[in-house]
Amino acid sequence: MFKILKKRVLNPDVTLMEIEAPQVARKALPGQFIILRVDDKGERIPLTVAGFDREAGSITIIFQKVGYTTIKLDSMEEGECLIDFVGPLGVASEFEGMKKVAVIGGGLGVAIAYPQAKALHDLGAEVDLIVGFRNKDLIILEEELKDASTNLTMMTDDGSNGNKGFVTAALQERLAQGANYDTVIAIGPLMMMKAVCDLTNESGIHTIISMNPIMIDGTGMCGCCRLTVDGKTKFACVDGPDFDGHKVDFAEAIARSKMYKAEEKISMEKHNCRLTGGVR
Amino acid sequence: MANMNTNKTPMPEQDPNIRNKNFSEVALGYTAEMAIDEAARCLNCKNQPCVKGCPVNVRIPEFVSLVAAGKFIEAAEIVKSTNSLPAICGRVCPQETQCEQLCIRNKKGDPVAIGRLERFVADYAMAQGGAKEDIAPSNGHKVAIVGSGPSGLTCAGDLAKLGYDVTIFEALHTPGGVLVYGIPEFRLPKALVRKEIAGVEALGAKLKVNQVIGKTYSLDELMEDEGFEAIYVGSGAGLPKFQKIPGENLNCVYSANEFLTRINLMRGYDFPENDTPVFVGNSVAVVGGGNVAMDAARCAKRMGAENVYIIYRRSDAEMPARAEEIHHAKEEGIIFRLLTNPTEIIGDENGRVKALTCVEMELGEPDDSGRRRPVVIKGSEYTIDVQTVVIAIGNSPNPLIKDTTPGLAAESWGGIITDESGATSREGVYAGGDAVTGAATVILAMGAGKTAAAAIDEYIKSK
Repeated sequence: MFKILKKRVLNPDVTLMEIEAPQVARKALPGQFIILRVDDKGERIPLTVAGFDREAGSITIIFQKVGYTTIKLDSMEEGECLIDFVGPLGVASEFEGMKKVAVIGGGLGVAIAYPQAKALHDLGAEVDLIVGFRNKDLIILEEELKDASTNLTMMTDDGSNGNKGFVTAALQERLAQGANYDTVIAIGPLMMMKAVCDLTNESGIHTIISMNPIMIDGTGMCGCCRLTVDGKTKFACVDGPDFDGHKVDFAEAIARSKMYKAEEKISMEKHNCRLTGGVR
Repeated sequence: MANMNTNKTPMPEQDPNIRNKNFSEVALGYTAEMAIDEAARCLNCKNQPCVKGCPVNVRIPEFVSLVAAGKFIEAAEIVKSTNSLPAICGRVCPQETQCEQLCIRNKKGDPVAIGRLERFVADYAMAQGGAKEDIAPSNGHKVAIVGSGPSGLTCAGDLAKLGYDVTIFEALHTPGGVLVYGIPEFRLPKALVRKEIAGVEALGAKLKVNQVIGKTYSLDELMEDEGFEAIYVGSGAGLPKFQKIPGENLNCVYSANEFLTRINLMRGYDFPENDTPVFVGNSVAVVGGGNVAMDAARCAKRMGAENVYIIYRRSDAEMPARAEEIHHAKEEGIIFRLLTNPTEIIGDENGRVKALTCVEMELGEPDDSGRRRPVVIKGSEYTIDVQTVVIAIGNSPNPLIKDTTPGLAAESWGGIITDESGATSREGVYAGGDAVTGAATVILAMGAGKTAAAAIDEYIKSK
């Protein structure tokens, strides 16, 4: 059993938890992920490692309440235990040779972009961190993001923090000003990563994205997480989750992310029934 | 006096049209009377041809005569002395190509139903609290077993009996490997697998789930940091093959591994009571002709699909599935499209499967496998409307361990290279089962686990 050591509500949709998992914390690296199950009836869901503390033996996860399982996870409190927690899985991010990098995070993706930015910053790279949220109330990890970057740009879709626009607008502006990035790292919703890739493709800047598809085992056994990269089928769980964004078939990845929309609705109805005793 | 009836005593089974709507076990098992009657068909041949057909050399005539004498517990002890998982083997072994194929009674009529008798004595002993087994005193030597499938469990059981301090590492959250994620409940009840695993634990083996060896620990870390003197890798064939035809990454195209894992391990048949969904349309095509294909097709039927097709490019005679599985599938209404090969999966505007295009085949000259090579019949292309496609054309060994263990020799297709004892190119590291051979049978995996256990015992003693 894996104890929730700490729980922090980052915004109304996003929660941070530190989970006691010394075996995973021993080896976890930025870019890797874990798979957890909340309880005996639970799904196996992958979450990217948002942080690790080798001494305390804990892994930080940050998740958005997007569906039945994440809502169930969010209902748990400090001191309670998850039934399963396995990892670290996937290939760790590769930072070698990166000197000037734009790290782009969108929404929950900011939580995953953060450890990447931090790792690069710690390695001495110049890190332009560009993050975007729907509005200012959803901004998370502001202090941490400042500490992990050379320059931090925060965008909001509605301009409520005074900086209106998508992350791509900020990136485009930087590029127009002549920022000569050797690499762009984009983490967030598929549509956002696609938009970043479309932009960097024009200028030919190497762009890495982090995929977070539906998975079951996370060890290459089921093939549920497959995607097409450079015309070849890859498994995000063992070949990724990081891929060259210019080679990923986004249309296919977006379609695959919607595989269980109808079933998710059934799960949510069950959840609402339980919350309200069947009364809506 | 032997029972000279040329037919096997029939196995009581659920009615096909009832069982194709539930996940309860299909075959109900012999009664004591049936078992005694069937056991009396054994002629007790002096040269025991059946034993030579068994990968773990179960002392078949000995146990069968004990059954005939009504001494079921004693019979179970004989079986258990060479086979640590008899309740499983009695259900899933391809007896018709092993022990029963060599049975003398097979020359004129049915062979003795060895598999059914093995199942009977194993179930009987389990109900009585298990057959007695001798365990040597602890010798303190630590051995790690990677994977809790049939191969790993067998190796662990044998080493634990010899007094070794055995720890089994399982990647998933439930032990059992393919016995749990792959083979469905209606063919192998999971309660029974749990009991067999509890039996291995009762011998002293420790079991740790959620441990992905190659990730959580490398083999080198297990040896250097965790103090294991030897390791047995029984990590199975967990990498699904695809056909590489257009449309394979559409939604509702599943590898058989994914489809079966969602249904069996994650209990997707009980969604939304259990959280993991699985989509099964009204018409389902399963591509392949092995046991896994039969399992997937029969699961799809039970999940409510009306039309379930087995699409197989060769003919009946070449199908690798157990005869009983093919028979059961046909009884349950699975539609067999043999000498048929898919060429493209067609999707709708949302990227979900709507049809499968196939061509008909005819058999040409024998290929490398000795089977006649299927050749496309020109102009035979046609499409079937389906909402789900399951690809069940085999699995390769999972590369996680080979990729994270320097100096571990492997074949180009991923199989770990071993000698006859299971020893790999790395000292102290042994391997067996599907991780070495590619996808094969439960009993061959068990045989390899058994051989390696003896070799590991030799190796540690000689150190």
